[in-house]
Amino acid sequence: MNDELKYLSRQTAVGALSRRKFLGRAGALGVSAAAANTMLSSAVHAAGPQKGGTLRIGLQGGSTTDSMDPALAANTTAVNLIRMWGEPLVELTDDGGIQGKVAESFEASADATAWTFTVRKGITFSNGQEVTAADVAATIERHSGEDTKSGALGLLRDIKDVRVDGRNVIISLNTGNADLPYLMSDYHLIIQPNGGKDAPDAAIGTGPYIMKEIDMGVRFVAEKNPNYWGDLGHAETIELLVINDNTARVAALQSGQVDIIDRVPPRTAGLVARAPGITVASTAGPGHYVFIAHTNTAPFDNQDLMMALKYGINRQEMVDKILFGYGTVGNDSPINASYPMYSEMEQREYDPEKAAAYFKKSGHSGPILLRTSDNSFPGAPDAAALFQQSLKAAGIELEIKREPNDGYWSEVWNNKPFCTSYWGGRPTQDQMFTTAYLSTADWNDTRFSNEKFDQMLLAARAELDTGKRKQMYADMGEILRNQSGLICPMFNDFVDAYNDRVGGWVEGVAGFSLMHGYAAQRMWVTG
Amino acid sequence: MSLLLKMLAQRIALGLLLLFLVSILIFGGTLILPGDVAQSILGQSATPEALANLREELGLNEPAVGRYFDWLGGLLQGDLGTSLTSGQDIASAIGKRLGNTFFLAFWAALISVPLAILLGLIAVRYRERWPDKLISAVTLASISVPEFLIAYVAIFFVSVRLRWAPSVTTINDSMSLGEKLHTISLPITVLTLVVLAHMMRMTRAAILNVMQSAYVETAELKGLRMFTIIWKHALPNAVAPVVNVVMLNMAYLVVGVVVIEVVFTYPGMGQYLVDHVSKRDLPVVQACGLIFAGVYIGLNLVADIVSIISNPRLRHPK
Repeated sequence: MNDELKYLSRQTAVGALSRRKFLGRAGALGVSAAAANTMLSSAVHAAGPQKGGTLRIGLQGGSTTDSMDPALAANTTAVNLIRMWGEPLVELTDDGGIQGKVAESFEASADATAWTFTVRKGITFSNGQEVTAADVAATIERHSGEDTKSGALGLLRDIKDVRVDGRNVIISLNTGNADLPYLMSDYHLIIQPNGGKDAPDAAIGTGPYIMKEIDMGVRFVAEKNPNYWGDLGHAETIELLVINDNTARVAALQSGQVDIIDRVPPRTAGLVARAPGITVASTAGPGHYVFIAHTNTAPFDNQDLMMALKYGINRQEMVDKILFGYGTVGNDSPINASYPMYSEMEQREYDPEKAAAYFKKSGHSGPILLRTSDNSFPGAPDAAALFQQSLKAAGIELEIKREPNDGYWSEVWNNKPFCTSYWGGRPTQDQMFTTAYLSTADWNDTRFSNEKFDQMLLAARAELDTGKRKQMYADMGEILRNQSGLICPMFNDFVDAYNDRVGGWVEGVAGFSLMHGYAAQRMWVTG
Repeated sequence: MSLLLKMLAQRIALGLLLLFLVSILIFGGTLILPGDVAQSILGQSATPEALANLREELGLNEPAVGRYFDWLGGLLQGDLGTSLTSGQDIASAIGKRLGNTFFLAFWAALISVPLAILLGLIAVRYRERWPDKLISAVTLASISVPEFLIAYVAIFFVSVRLRWAPSVTTINDSMSLGEKLHTISLPITVLTLVVLAHMMRMTRAAILNVMQSAYVETAELKGLRMFTIIWKHALPNAVAPVVNVVMLNMAYLVVGVVVIEVVFTYPGMGQYLVDHVSKRDLPVVQACGLIFAGVYIGLNLVADIVSIISNPRLRHPK
């Protein structure tokens, strides 16, 4: 690379030269705009974080009916907001491990039934109050109490007792759980003064920002917390706009009104990426789109019929036509490579002949009814139609019933025997299996009940030997793949986008979209 | 004059009765919808315990009729209640949203109403000639295209390409009036295009109707200029139907702009109502429904009064 160009890109990165000028100079030196843009973004990265400025982010999912109470957080806007003002005990690292946040360190007893979390010394809430172990214990109590509405209740069922000992919080469990730190990283479990029992929606926590303006479902403004203990938060101000309409969100990025957006529709992501100064970032995650059947309801209690359906779906076609390539094929298990203890299984392929053979063996006749709706996952009705076509080649008739978006989650999902749905995934296999495939799980949306699977799940949970544990999860994945009512054709990538006014995007961060919801805190304004 | 007062009282009483019926309709309608507030709040993450806890807290276990009358009692004392989902006071939350909606509607009306009437007058003046045909063609084309499409096209050219006006029109209190107006310039333009045709065509038709009368012919024979005849003699006699249509369109600007609000991310009543309907937040839906019905009934009342005042035969009955 030309030395002059290098110098110029550094100047631009630190804000001494405008981007437009840089591109002009680069053009004069015979460099294409695309190459100059790439050069600029690497220079921005190399220059390191810039302090100050206002970072503007446009997100999908917020609603006027939301609450600032982290216990009730249920959409991406809520998660990104929580990341500004609050922190959990521990958090995922970029590669899916665990790091301390409010807790400085943590350790388990030998059988993993007791966990000790040590609260970080000298950190304060944004109201100036010092964080104590009692606040942590109260937080756990609030989310696991009898009368809680917390979305984290399901995760905390196994907690027997929470004790405070100086700066330590000791959590005892009914059965051993090697993954407890993962559970404590859940975004509902934000440490609040007195656990948020007094003012659950006050938005007071230990996060890098302090909420200044709150207009639910519309606009939020947060300013840097001057007393924050960690190294997050480069921009002085973050402005978060809720932009639910896909086209409006993309237009807002293109017209320079916001710097970062989430959920770029896969259909248009290619076009968006071609615009100058805009980068589309696709991150593989644990989220997957599913066709789920109740295995305790006829005709889906028939294993051969389930196998016919599993062989009758064309997974690659769905990745190409529904995800437009922003995703990977599924393998009828909810686990993919983004899980820490994933082991590979033989890929099940589309095979109409095998599907026809299984269908014949099942003895079933007549059409199979599948319910779907637009909001069960993006493109679900189209995916259902593709499924219908691929099954037709095997001589199986699929009848599609289109349901209204409104009320789909209360009336159809987890209620009707065969429908389309999605899962956001969980940080660990244990959580994913416990949430949806344990026979007693609340959200067992395939009515899967397998004694051996249940026993292995409990045994694996308390197993601290990683090798043994990995093997157990591999076996369980195999059971699910062959015996459950889950047909999983694809894992969807998170598709986010940002412009060149901001820098610091990190590829492949584990967890949710937008760098696990930390994009606004970890990225910076370049001028 | 007493007739006018009597009619006013009658209309207001009828309006209140209508509002009452509307509130029953909305209440019944939201009960028919599948799922309840607790399920809608918790969504896919609902567990049976969390559902039961939330239902208890929100008082959903009480019979529906009892809840309705509780609400009605509160309303008669001026209390709209609190939102089931966010626990906020409804009156203050709606106040801000309603203010935004009126702000947008006011500026859109301020531009579109005079413009529509002026275009109508020009169309009459050059009847069946090219200005008339051009005006009709353009306004009818703009009303025929779906408003979200006009909005997207406007966003693409004006916001993304030219960067003249923002596509996200989230206004807030820290903006000056000038900034606010610049921010909402695109939605105002699109709304104007949407409501223009209806008002323009009605102005044109009503005036043309009057133009057939004998007194217009007399005025013509007196040698008055065409525009003077239209402005001084025809328009005052055509006011009643024009006002009716203007009021209908103004009501539309307040209650019918949900799509525009979504496309331009404008924090008005429409988005607020949609959010709460999808969460089955009955008190808020009721309040919004009543306000919308009230706006319609109120504007229609204004139209009636104007048409009586503008018509001496109604003002001085025998």
